Amino acid sequence: MAEPMLSVRDLKTYFRPDEGVVRAVDGASFDLYPGRTLGIVGESGCGKSVTARSILRIVDRPGKVEGGNMLLRRGDGRVVDLAKIDDSSAEMRDIRGGEIGYVFQEPMSSLSAFYTIGNQVIEAIRLHHKVTAKEARDRAIELLQLVGIPRPEQRVDSYSFELSGGLRQRVMIALALAAEPRILIADEPTTALDVTTQAQILELIRKIQDERQLAVVLITHDMGVIAEMADSVSVMYLGKVVESGPVDEIFHAPKHPYTQALLRSIPSVLAEPRSRLATIAGSIPHPYARPPGCTFHPRCRDFMAGTCDGEAPPLTALDAVHEVRCYLYGRRAGAGT
Amino acid sequence: MTDERTVLSVEGLKKYFPIRRGILRRLVGNVKAVDDVSFKIAHGETLSLVGESGCGKTTTSRCILRAIRPTAGAIRFRTDQQRNVDVAGLSRTELRPLRRQMQMIFQDPFSSLNPRMTISDIIGEPLLVNGVGDLAERRKRVAELLDLVQLPLAYMNRYPHAFSGGQRQRIGIARALALNPALIVADEPVSALDVSVQAQIINLLLELQERLGLSYLFVAHDLSVVKHVSHRVAVMYVGRIVEMAPTEALFRTPRHPYTEALLSAVPVPDPRKRAKRIVLAGQVADPSRVPPGCAFHPRCRYAVERCRAEIPQLQPVEGGGSVACHRAGELALAGVAADG
Repeated sequence: MAEPMLSVRDLKTYFRPDEGVVRAVDGASFDLYPGRTLGIVGESGCGKSVTARSILRIVDRPGKVEGGNMLLRRGDGRVVDLAKIDDSSAEMRDIRGGEIGYVFQEPMSSLSAFYTIGNQVIEAIRLHHKVTAKEARDRAIELLQLVGIPRPEQRVDSYSFELSGGLRQRVMIALALAAEPRILIADEPTTALDVTTQAQILELIRKIQDERQLAVVLITHDMGVIAEMADSVSVMYLGKVVESGPVDEIFHAPKHPYTQALLRSIPSVLAEPRSRLATIAGSIPHPYARPPGCTFHPRCRDFMAGTCDGEAPPLTALDAVHEVRCYLYGRRAGAGT
Repeated sequence: MTDERTVLSVEGLKKYFPIRRGILRRLVGNVKAVDDVSFKIAHGETLSLVGESGCGKTTTSRCILRAIRPTAGAIRFRTDQQRNVDVAGLSRTELRPLRRQMQMIFQDPFSSLNPRMTISDIIGEPLLVNGVGDLAERRKRVAELLDLVQLPLAYMNRYPHAFSGGQRQRIGIARALALNPALIVADEPVSALDVSVQAQIINLLLELQERLGLSYLFVAHDLSVVKHVSHRVAVMYVGRIVEMAPTEALFRTPRHPYTEALLSAVPVPDPRKRAKRIVLAGQVADPSRVPPGCAFHPRCRYAVERCRAEIPQLQPVEGGGSVACHRAGELALAGVAADG
């Protein structure tokens, strides 16, 4: 495969409020390739959104990227470590939007109500490209057309509150693409939408990805959306990637007990009517009360006393592409050869 | 029409919201949020109302609970004294004794519990308000209810902030069950929960139904969840039921093009089943300007001339369902099935 466009290794983003420390992302690693989609999946508090915000270096205080590296290969061939760069530097501002576009869940609160959607798209274009106002406006209309907004030459002058949820999310995608980034990060892009609109937006992302060979990071809690879209998958639980691999292996040969349990517990349109779901015992622990060792051990049906509640398990490579963080597949560190 | 197993019978329900303009507040039109909806729910049965946002499913459920007054139609509810009462036209005082028999489970377990009340007070409040038992009896009933929703008794004197989303939803369910209702209206009860917790609550709802003989009106947009809870499903589009059928039949052999498109849009959690989706163009019609004829015709890939002119009526079809589509007899639509 080609060289990764972005290579994240052992990313650590911690929040240090007065009460202690929350390890929101605690050792996440993955690579992004052109034309491919990485799905990051997990439940609330797993750190999937903080991972996205860490890449863009827009983590809110008191959060901070504290460790690891994120090597971005820029368009001109230079390699920049996003974990080390000053988050308010000119270069980071250039990367944000210019190299990496992003779409968030709530299009209503991400768009300004004071400017027309055209103004906002034009601003994004002119921030990264030296074009005249007229050229920028024409490009904005083209972009709105590309993302499937009907009558773009009129809609360019409308405000976000005049649009439906699906159209607003299309505007968000147009904004994300305005400066022709090579990476697109989409954080729950369809969660607030109806299934029919979701299908439209997912198809749109796929189409644009094909045309532009974008590397896409798709962050969601929805295993269905992952199955539909991703080439490779990272499953996160309480700040750690517990398993990563090709989408087919994650769904058909999951190794981590959490991945297995998650897949068993999702309702499916293919299930028998009124069939009981397999459940995962307990609930996600509070961020201040993370269990020691493997953080999933209190809910795990393969829990091994004395092993899983001791040291945190390391990431074990099962083959070149499939990794898992679980003692079922690797010895406890220091337990002999 | 109504046999003794029917708990709720809705007939010709309409809810129009007037649109007024100008200084004189002149009536210029109506938002037809619910337009001629009829269905029944039997004892121990779950009927799900599904559809996109704005289809009228929540308005329908709010009319049934009489949170709002319907514009027209009958809502016959069988009381525990085996009487049939039309709640559509009742006044507030007339409704009071009936309210305890139909209860609601809310979507958001974070905003639906009073943060200043203990769990015991929250669950016991409906008992207190309705003057059921003395303090000791009420505490005993709260303990029973906690047990029923599988929460430890030790939680009684804690406050909601100490609980996770799933536990809060259990508390909400316990409160809804306090007065032994016959009908529970659940509006998106699991959509705010994490996947692993959602499964627990779905199982709990199924179990409680079997133990207590509850009837559920389940309002949801997630068809996967609906498949797991429903006996029958009604699909709504712009204020009308376009198809209603037993769960398996609806998913396997949908009869309405809109049902087919909805099913096709659901992502299936299996990368080997990535299918060509039917992507519906455009969006749900505006209920203040419903297209003439079948409201779905501008988005329907099977629409013919007749669909633009004439509103199709719900007609019974083979397999126990009914469908409102002029072409239902001739179309062979694709559903979803495990072996498919």
